[in-house]
Amino acid sequence: MLEHKRDGWKATIALFPAFILLTIFILFPIVNTVLLSFMDNFAWAPGAGLWLFGNTFDLFPSLGNYLAVLSDPTFIDALWNTILLVIISVPLSIIVSLLIAVALYNIKALKGFFQTIFFLPYVTNGIALGMVFNVIFSKYDTGLMNQILISLGLIASDSPINWVGADGATKLAMAVVLIVYFLWNGLAFKILVFMSGLASIDRQYYDAARIDGADRKTIFNRITVPLLSPQILYITITSFIGAFKVYASVISIFGRGPFNFGGSTGLTWVTVVGYVYRDMRTDTGRAAAGSIVLLLIILVITAAQFAISKKRIHY
Amino acid sequence: MEVKLKGLTKIFTSKKAEPVYAVNAMDLDVPSGKLVGLLGPSGCGKSTTLYMIAGLHRPNEGRIFFGDSDVTDIPPENRGIGLVFQNYALYPHFSVKQNIMFPLENVKDYEDPKTKERRRYTKAEMEAIVFKTAKLVDIEMLLERKPKQLSGGQQQRVAIARALAKSPRVLLLDEPLSNLDARLRLQTREEIKRIQRETGVTTIFVTHDQEEAMSISDFIVVMDHGVVQQVDEPQKVYDNPINLFVAKFLGSPAINILDGEIVKGTLMVQGKPFDKGYQTDGPVKIGIRPEHFTIDPKRPQQLSVDVEFVEHIGRDISFVGKATDTTNKLRIIVSSDFREHAQRSTVQFGIKNFFVFNPSGARIK
Repeated sequence: MLEHKRDGWKATIALFPAFILLTIFILFPIVNTVLLSFMDNFAWAPGAGLWLFGNTFDLFPSLGNYLAVLSDPTFIDALWNTILLVIISVPLSIIVSLLIAVALYNIKALKGFFQTIFFLPYVTNGIALGMVFNVIFSKYDTGLMNQILISLGLIASDSPINWVGADGATKLAMAVVLIVYFLWNGLAFKILVFMSGLASIDRQYYDAARIDGADRKTIFNRITVPLLSPQILYITITSFIGAFKVYASVISIFGRGPFNFGGSTGLTWVTVVGYVYRDMRTDTGRAAAGSIVLLLIILVITAAQFAISKKRIHY
Repeated sequence: MEVKLKGLTKIFTSKKAEPVYAVNAMDLDVPSGKLVGLLGPSGCGKSTTLYMIAGLHRPNEGRIFFGDSDVTDIPPENRGIGLVFQNYALYPHFSVKQNIMFPLENVKDYEDPKTKERRRYTKAEMEAIVFKTAKLVDIEMLLERKPKQLSGGQQQRVAIARALAKSPRVLLLDEPLSNLDARLRLQTREEIKRIQRETGVTTIFVTHDQEEAMSISDFIVVMDHGVVQQVDEPQKVYDNPINLFVAKFLGSPAINILDGEIVKGTLMVQGKPFDKGYQTDGPVKIGIRPEHFTIDPKRPQQLSVDVEFVEHIGRDISFVGKATDTTNKLRIIVSSDFREHAQRSTVQFGIKNFFVFNPSGARIK
């Protein structure tokens, strides 16, 4: 008993620093945001910071901010943009990274070389990547992507595609750039996780499957994917959450400031997090309500994924 | 299906070490419908041989024949083999039924018994085969379970059922009993023998346990360092080992080894003449199985033993000691009729049978 008591006391001390930090930087902001989202007419007093005390607001909580957010066409736009990007880029990147991981795992020559290539985006700064993409997808005929398309004869040399320019780039062209970027940027980590998952699968299952006459496609679908299902679930959930929070990569691709999301209005590909950041200073309560709506969406989707996974995952 | 190996060689190369001949110029003829045990210590090349027959390892040299057809270059899935892995390798996410059915689902060229057309199995045909095979190995009540919900012995049966589902021409088993506890091992080896008899499939299995190999094999193949030492019926190999390695490897308790010397054609043990009629003089090893001792002063070969302790094991008495004036440890088993000898500290034993090996291990008598 004594031993246990002393251990518990030690554990508390050991956990204390982490607990303090989590309270200040995670728990308090969440609670504060929830409170803010119910306060109308929040006015930010100079030097008071983004919390309730010292600022002025209507004393009675209301759903005003939620009503405002849900009837704001920009927020609805941001929501649809985010959902669209998530629905296209997440499954696509999981499939592509899974295929690359399996291919990388099975090649012998130049394995390290290819692994390094695919891992590069992971160790490169996101804003720098955005700038590189800005160059690749330049609207001029000198841009790398336009040059490739011209040399392939897919577009005429006098009509290069305006990918991300503020002057007349279509929403579709911008979407192509965004999705290519997400795909490429997300590959590294996913490939890494899938490769480690593959390494943990007993090779004898593959020998057994060969003896059982399974072809490559059958082995992939019925052996590799089910045995990788814990990694696939992990990647699916973290990718969905990450993709719903997309912001920095969007502004870095357009490169015209922290609240420019492309197009002549600067709002063409506004995302939910972008919306929250943009309105944080001017209408804090509404921004807080927007972030809570996003939180609820992510919670529901993650819960749904866990529920589905209970039946489909083989640990 | 007869299995023939001709000059089969497998070399494992690595950058740092010398190339290793895992299997060296192996010739073997496994008659159709027999149960053959590949026996040897770990690293002797028996599993490598099995995986070459399966097609998972490619031999560096030599050919493998099933009947008259050369299968050396045929991939494993087209060889018509069933393989039971040492750790069973049951697909953990499939039920028992799905595990047994998986090889059938992959068959694309099943010959329709009526129309002679090549086609896939129908669901009903697969279900029937799965049930029949499961019944053969006595697991038909476990079909809906996952491998994790089964005991080791049950998993073993599922693995055998999966290997048998496609009615293979040759059944291969890698250390089939090594993952089972002692009691289950006895039961399972009889079970393997029964299944092999009922299906009549040519079966080759690998083991390092001589008792296991002797008890169920029609033939055993004793291997060491990638080289086949002896191939014969288990009892014949035991009674007539070709060299010191085989003599030492078979038998439990192990054979006793005594130092001797041939002087002018006479074999000397403990400084006394033991046997006559030898060609080459020099040191030799004499092998005497524990049960080949008796107490009979009329026997031409006699051995004096300093007894260290005696175990009464019911039907028999076991003496442990040293041959007098030597350092050679001996274990001797005689009938308990001789229990009065257990009181003595030095016992004179008559020898019923013995083997003589030259210094390189070859048998000379």
